[in-house]
Amino acid sequence: MIKEKFSEGDSFFHKLDPRVKIIVALLFSVIAAVSDKYTTLIGALFIAVIAVAVARLRTKEVISRLLVVNSFIFLLWLMLPFTFPGKNIYTLGSLGISQEGIKYALLITIKSNSIILAGIALLSTSSIFNLVHALRHLHFPDKLTQLFFFSYRYIHTIHSEYIRLNNALKIRGFKPQTNLHTYKTYAYLVGMMLVRSYDRSKRVYNAMLCRGFKGKFWTLNHFVFKKADFVAGIVMISCIVGLVLLP
Amino acid sequence: MHISEGILSAPVLVTGAGLTAMAVGYSLKKMEHKEVPKVAILSSVFFVASLIHVPLGPSSVHLILNGIMGALLGWTAFPAILVALALQGVLFQFGGVTTLGVNTLNMALPAIICFYLFNKGIRSENNLIALILAFACGFLAVMLSGIMVAAALVFTGEPFMQVAKLVIIAHLPVMILEGVLTAFCIGFLRKVRPEILNV
Repeated sequence: MIKEKFSEGDSFFHKLDPRVKIIVALLFSVIAAVSDKYTTLIGALFIAVIAVAVARLRTKEVISRLLVVNSFIFLLWLMLPFTFPGKNIYTLGSLGISQEGIKYALLITIKSNSIILAGIALLSTSSIFNLVHALRHLHFPDKLTQLFFFSYRYIHTIHSEYIRLNNALKIRGFKPQTNLHTYKTYAYLVGMMLVRSYDRSKRVYNAMLCRGFKGKFWTLNHFVFKKADFVAGIVMISCIVGLVLLP
Repeated sequence: MHISEGILSAPVLVTGAGLTAMAVGYSLKKMEHKEVPKVAILSSVFFVASLIHVPLGPSSVHLILNGIMGALLGWTAFPAILVALALQGVLFQFGGVTTLGVNTLNMALPAIICFYLFNKGIRSENNLIALILAFACGFLAVMLSGIMVAAALVFTGEPFMQVAKLVIIAHLPVMILEGVLTAFCIGFLRKVRPEILNV
């Protein structure tokens, strides 16, 4: 099942106002993504690791997420040291390993991991519904936030429908292999998912019309912006500004 | 393929985010309220499809389906793909805030190009022509995505040239696979529920 594994908890980050978290996460990611200074980036990684520790998430789960995300970075480590122009520090057969290449790959690794860790600490500690609710408060277009609500709501339904179809295939002895029969079966499976989703979307819209939908979602319970949220926001933003100002 | 956070240069990220924002803005304006559930639920299908792994030789690849998304949704494929990728970012940390624009553009622009090229063709009276064009739709969508991912890397820096070439080579078998799947899938829809395609 698709689960929001990090969204449950009662740490500092779980209690923080999602609006503050979204703004801080955005600012942090942009700063880390465009920066080329080692001091800033190492500082950013340090802060991100502390943030994840403060959020008290399951270490095993965090590491397994990082491993998956770093697979593309691993590919870069295999290529960049050989293709980046610069001083040769070691020769492997006919290939030279350049110092600049290694430095560059290291820079990317630090950048990438600090942004991912900050995302885990700041964004994944809220439920999707709370994040989308916060986006509405931050004046995102109505239709876009409605898409987020519906899409997230139906991911679970469609995923369980997929599992049901897949079980039906297994019961009938289907073994996926590299052949046309397998691809045809999967194509029909996707086709069936599309047909059912299409029918479902019609039912959903009719149900909405019955309940008087006129193109607007009403928010019933609003976030309360506490003093603590304000202080935390200011402190985190000053940390990020501090990172930029590092020598 | 997602490009991870922290790799692309600022100009590439800003261009991607800007173009995606414009395209999403335009298509939201065109989208009617009654289309919201349809677009959202197809966005969920796109999300779930990316979790389906199909065997390919000794390895396996996950489905992309941006060709089908384009063919079924047209311009609204842009917000649909944006939403699915954003949810993947928050739920699984695949891609993140700064690369969302580029990654959406890489998937959704090919979807819309395929919509304009094959929109009529896959709804053709002639079954064979429709299936051949559906293959082309799935094939081309993934090919263009691969080229755009490679271009984003090359524009970031010359040293990424080799990585970019590898990305394109890795997309080759996926193009054929997606073409075959799209052809079968459109064939299925034409038989089972032609009104989805408005045939």
